Amino acid sequence: MKILIKNGHVVDPANGIEGKRDLLVVDGIISRIAETGSLNSKGAETVNAKGLLVLPGFIDLHSHLREPGYEYKETIETGGKSAVAGGFTSICCMANTSPVNDNASVTRYIMDKQKKAGFANVFPVGAITKGLKGSELSEIGGMVKAGIVAISDDAEPVMNSLVMRRAMEYSKIFGIPLFSHCEDLSLGDEGVMNEGIISTLLGLKGMTSESEFNMIQRDINLACLTGARLHISHVSTASGVSAIREAKKRGIKVTSEVTPHHLMLTEDAVRGYGTNFKMKPPLRTKQDVESLEEGLADGTIDSFATDHAPHAIVDKQVEFDRASFGIVGFETAFPLLLTLVKRRVITLNKLIEKLTVSPAGIIRKNKGTLSCGADADIVLADPDREYTIDVKKFYSKGTNSPFDGWKVKGSIERVFVSGRLVFSRGG
Amino acid sequence: MMAKTVDKKILQAKNIIDIETMNVEDISLILDTALSMKEIMSRDIKKVPALRGKMIANMFFESSTRTRTSFEIAAKMLSADTVSFTASGSSMSKGETLLDTVRNIIAMGPDLLVMRHASSGAPYFVAKNINIPVINAGDGRHEHPSQALLDLFTVREKKGKLKGLKVSIVGDILHSRVARSDIYAFKKMGANVRLVGPPAFIPDYFRQFGAEIFYDMEKGIKDADVIIMLRIQIERQGKNFFPDIREYYELYGLKENILCFAKDDLLVMHPGPLNRGVEIDSEVADGKHSVILDQVTNGVAVRAALLYLLLGSRTDENID
Repeated sequence: MKILIKNGHVVDPANGIEGKRDLLVVDGIISRIAETGSLNSKGAETVNAKGLLVLPGFIDLHSHLREPGYEYKETIETGGKSAVAGGFTSICCMANTSPVNDNASVTRYIMDKQKKAGFANVFPVGAITKGLKGSELSEIGGMVKAGIVAISDDAEPVMNSLVMRRAMEYSKIFGIPLFSHCEDLSLGDEGVMNEGIISTLLGLKGMTSESEFNMIQRDINLACLTGARLHISHVSTASGVSAIREAKKRGIKVTSEVTPHHLMLTEDAVRGYGTNFKMKPPLRTKQDVESLEEGLADGTIDSFATDHAPHAIVDKQVEFDRASFGIVGFETAFPLLLTLVKRRVITLNKLIEKLTVSPAGIIRKNKGTLSCGADADIVLADPDREYTIDVKKFYSKGTNSPFDGWKVKGSIERVFVSGRLVFSRGG
Repeated sequence: MMAKTVDKKILQAKNIIDIETMNVEDISLILDTALSMKEIMSRDIKKVPALRGKMIANMFFESSTRTRTSFEIAAKMLSADTVSFTASGSSMSKGETLLDTVRNIIAMGPDLLVMRHASSGAPYFVAKNINIPVINAGDGRHEHPSQALLDLFTVREKKGKLKGLKVSIVGDILHSRVARSDIYAFKKMGANVRLVGPPAFIPDYFRQFGAEIFYDMEKGIKDADVIIMLRIQIERQGKNFFPDIREYYELYGLKENILCFAKDDLLVMHPGPLNRGVEIDSEVADGKHSVILDQVTNGVAVRAALLYLLLGSRTDENID
């Protein structure tokens, strides 16, 4: 089966391509990419991408699909549908399900489910420790065989430094990265937002940014000690960005990601106690956001990740300090991140790189490119279409977005996974 | 009866949730109205028909004796009916959400909701979802506006003014809703506010409230016109905000000997409940500077003023 995507503006950072090109897909694989009009369309289904961006499918290193165990919040199917609606053709899902993804049978369950669902490629992240308890290593080898691409205890960070060291050492057998949610829980003191003037005047318990910085620095030190591949999840602080920058200069194998919401919002948004502004790490200050932007621009921050964290209404329509942490992210990421290009924080090319080839490299998948021979995971996006974000229209079960009602520019129009049309806006 | 309603001042706030966003005109109107209420309290028959036929729901999701009783007496003085709800023995303990509980009470038709809740911000959340006025009777460690208003009233009553006074608030500022409301209230009315206590209780962010910070008790209360002592929650012991109660008392307890240089007309206040021998000595609590029981009396007047201004003064009824 052949598909010819023509007249589009191709951005493929992996191959240094940015311009008008036609793209031929044969049997789910990218077959040729060439000057507009130069490819033979005989026998091919033709897609006119005039005025649209033609991009490699996005890759999200950080999401929560909630299945098994919390299907009332999201399932692998609804999460996968939501992902492709946001342009994400490959997503990594965290291990904090019930049961926890800390053994090969849970990993296989997720792999089976995603195959049946057939939307985004799902790459599970296995738990570092059994039950995310922070004490005994999970059977990481078995999970790698079953399909995990990284290990992480995510929001239950490994507080014991020796356990973390052993995990890093063990990860080297498989060459997989360790994703670290950096939070010194003892210093975090059960906070519910960033510690600062806003938490003080709202009377909410704060999480100091030092709690993130401490753990980033610890994990960098351990990565230096062990030579393991460390990936810092959702960095949110200026001091964290500096620590990662220094570590990279020293040649330590560290990469990092940032979420759209940490770039778009500050702690000021928590005034009014809206629970959709409650997440971990918390929204920080304007200075932190500026440092994150600098980190993006100078390459300290390698990739974007949504930390898509769907919750049911009952988890969020409660008192602020009782509300669950986290927000949905797949379906709002692209238009929000496009504002970085408009504000000249980074170029369109860099933006796409950090959504595609860069995260692909972190999990060592031959994805995120339009190279000949690669899986035809392709996004057609309209960078100019204006609309209002409406959570009621989300494909995700979660409506917990702080961006509801925002007027944005940039929509995902069509998405292919291995050459299959998995999303078509309005269709 | 009718004539006065024409030029009567109307409260601009639709809810009383915080002092932070309350304007000075509203504060002054509340204090002036409370004066009339206090006059009613001194009558033989302490009841006027201003809120006859109105129903006030007191929803206390966190225990309270003083504040709940104070609101009830205030409501009864104005002839309103009250229903009281406390968290224990309610459906909250059966797992009902706050919003469901509140909506159920609202469905029974009260005209105003007084609520206390252990979570900061809970009254904002509730007010957003219902359409009757809400009075915050204390939310978590955020604000306790009626307490600050009665503190202002008491100081103004005793001193005849608020502007330029030196007000020292001593103790656990971080966890105190009274402190936050008092800081805003006294600053807005032109007083100087100092915060006194151990550093962990007064993060530097409080400087941005326009308050001075002192870790030394004697310096912090020097030349004070008003000292507001905050209750130290015994549960904070063992959390390392301070080593133990004994040392806290040594460093920050309000003892008679440190008041020997105090101004003659110093006012010692405390929102209650008191921990005698912890943050305040009995000699001081019951001594010549103490206006702690005046605060309690004035609390009824101020709360009656709030109920009246939110419910009564917008109708034809008045308190004359």
